[in-house]
Amino acid sequence: MHRTLGDFVTDLFQNAVEAQASFLTLTLMEQEGRLAVTLTDDGRGMDEAEIERAKDPFHTDGKKHPGRKVGLGLPLVIQTVEATGGAFQIASQKGLGTTVQAEFNLEHWDTPPPGDWSVVLSQLMAWNADFELVLRRRLERFGRVLEYQISRSELREALGSFEDVEALKLLKEYFRSQESMEEQK
Amino acid sequence: MTLQELRTMREAGKKAMERRIVEGKTIEIVVGMGTCGIAAGAKETLDAFVDELTSKDVKNVVIKQTGCMGFCHSEPTVEVHMDGMPDIIYGNVDVETARQIVHSHILEKRLVDKHVFDRPAKDIVKEK
Repeated sequence: MHRTLGDFVTDLFQNAVEAQASFLTLTLMEQEGRLAVTLTDDGRGMDEAEIERAKDPFHTDGKKHPGRKVGLGLPLVIQTVEATGGAFQIASQKGLGTTVQAEFNLEHWDTPPPGDWSVVLSQLMAWNADFELVLRRRLERFGRVLEYQISRSELREALGSFEDVEALKLLKEYFRSQESMEEQK
Repeated sequence: MTLQELRTMREAGKKAMERRIVEGKTIEIVVGMGTCGIAAGAKETLDAFVDELTSKDVKNVVIKQTGCMGFCHSEPTVEVHMDGMPDIIYGNVDVETARQIVHSHILEKRLVDKHVFDRPAKDIVKEK
């Protein structure tokens, strides 16, 4: 089971990349004890029947690993939000892409902790595939607002490449500074 | 931090790296980041590699993330490719083991025996 909300976001993101998405938008909006995660991709997409099967933990399309019978990605998200007063929605069109929305109830005892967003976001950006990812982040806490938007292409332009350790470290530092409420006014 | 500051830090780091490039070829680390890997703590493992390699000043390392490699029972799994060592897939690589891989495998060229897989999962990769 995933330990942090960042784990869930990473899982959803990996689904999209594996579905050959080349343009993704990720929004993380946090206010009044709720975290709304929306991930839109332009990957392969699914028809109605495939969406239903994707929600079934004992189903996988079997293309990647023939013989395997489980696909736990979406089921884990659904189980978690259902157990904690959150919400989950998925919309998809074959050949066009998928939008997944998960809303986590941060005030529920059984909702996993958020985890370290600077680690999560730096690792998503550094994923070695060819895609654009636009991140929109908004966090409202104790009357203060943190808000920023950044795209993978902007970061790539600044860093040159993402593959080496140094780049990953700098990416993490970048997101740490973005996520810090102290520095923002 | 602004993007310009990020760029400046990157350029400073690159200059230092170029000086070091004569020391050896690139080392590649691949971390499994499917549902199974994530659930087993692969993000923390990857982060531990970044931290440990940076603190030991090992910079000629490329880190890649991939989906499920089929070893769901032994996640987090990590592949290490480098000159002078066999290609190895390590299993159950928690944060502590990641640090051990940096110290033994990468810096001292000694395998971390307890975590070695000698071959890929049977149902995923055809045997030769």
